[in-house]
Amino acid sequence: MIDKIKASAAEALSDVKDGATVMIGGFGTAGMPFTLIDALIAQGAKHLTVVANNAGNGDTGLAALLKAGRVRKILCSFPRQTDSWVFDELYRAGKIELEVVPQGNLAERIRAAGAGIGAFYSPTGYGTLLAGNRETRRINGRDYVLESPIQGDVALIRAHKGDRWGNLVYRKTARNFGPVMAMGARTTIAEVSEVVALGVLDPEAIITPGIFVQRIVKVADATGQQPSQE
Amino acid sequence: MSATLANLKKLSRNEMAKRVARDIPEGAYVNLGIGLPTLVANFLPEDREVFLHTENGLLGMGPAPKQGEEDPDLINAGKQPVTALPGAAYFHHADSFAMMRGGHLDICVLGAFQVSVTGDLANWHTGEPSAIPAVGGAMDLAIGAKRTFVVMEHLTKAGESKIVPTCTYPLTAKACVARIYTDLAVIDVTPGGLLVRDIVPGLSVSELAGLTKVALADGREPPAGA
Repeated sequence: MIDKIKASAAEALSDVKDGATVMIGGFGTAGMPFTLIDALIAQGAKHLTVVANNAGNGDTGLAALLKAGRVRKILCSFPRQTDSWVFDELYRAGKIELEVVPQGNLAERIRAAGAGIGAFYSPTGYGTLLAGNRETRRINGRDYVLESPIQGDVALIRAHKGDRWGNLVYRKTARNFGPVMAMGARTTIAEVSEVVALGVLDPEAIITPGIFVQRIVKVADATGQQPSQE
Repeated sequence: MSATLANLKKLSRNEMAKRVARDIPEGAYVNLGIGLPTLVANFLPEDREVFLHTENGLLGMGPAPKQGEEDPDLINAGKQPVTALPGAAYFHHADSFAMMRGGHLDICVLGAFQVSVTGDLANWHTGEPSAIPAVGGAMDLAIGAKRTFVVMEHLTKAGESKIVPTCTYPLTAKACVARIYTDLAVIDVTPGGLLVRDIVPGLSVSELAGLTKVALADGREPPAGA
């Protein structure tokens, strides 16, 4: 019998290696997998490259992982927020490398990895600092920049409900990066508020089919933390 | 005759937002950026159906919830609690940015540090070495909608024009701005240059051009009956 439900977050994360690229879902704290991040801190993997939209809020979740000194580099679209003091201090001290990626390119680069796309031309960022020295091309009168996929070793995401085959549904805007990160990583671990029996999730309404999810952990609280300030 | 800043009747932030709202038609798919653009939603008439998109994954965004009814899983791009209207839809980030990049949104309203005479936009980074760069969805938004509107104060606190020959701040996108709403005027960016469409009472186009320090043509409709 296939059962992707793990007994604990510790068990689900036991094989994360030093130097791994870890995708972490969430937009601010909506959809942030707090339980899995805490388990990753306890697990001890270091020299990580983190892919996320933000660079942590307050002192919990992703901010706690940064504070623990486990992250060598972060790829994100919007690190600077009013409550990103942990990241700000590490960055100013030169203790973390930052790659800023426009939000839509970040999502599409992750999706591309999951979809087997070798690279793609995006109009976003053309003519700006963030295009770097990458190849550009004019197609039908519009200018594009060549963007490469971002492949994760592990994705840590939060969903609302899951079943033992790994099928997921999300809750409201907490969906954000979950579905693309599930595709873009070799091992996807989802924390869910509720585990349901096979067949309970309507096949027409499943957002992430189980093929993209390797492990599921049930967590206690029903929704995320309080929303952080911008 | 010369307009001084002291006696000009500038539009307030709410009046600027209201002026933008006037130009958003029934049925438009619209993304409102963080800050001043967010205020535009307060001035869309209730009988006008406009679809508000927020790039973190919601189409059909409603107003802020009542106190005590906030849901941490239901937020806007500024990470503030919002509501979802009947008929709203949630989607993931790649779909959300496909809506932009793919040209499905009709209008995007953004704030700005500077807009150039050719519609280049600078609104994400001051370029100061000490500033931590953070772009979010700004570059995707700027190039994504069919029309990009900018709403901003006309002058900086130091009195310098934010409409410039060439942006000195790092660019968000090139030649993307269709229309600029300021506290002094509404100005279209056209292949032939900047066209003033609307101006506050008591200010002439030539006086405005003096303050702005770029060429402005008078593109106002003649008054009815003239």
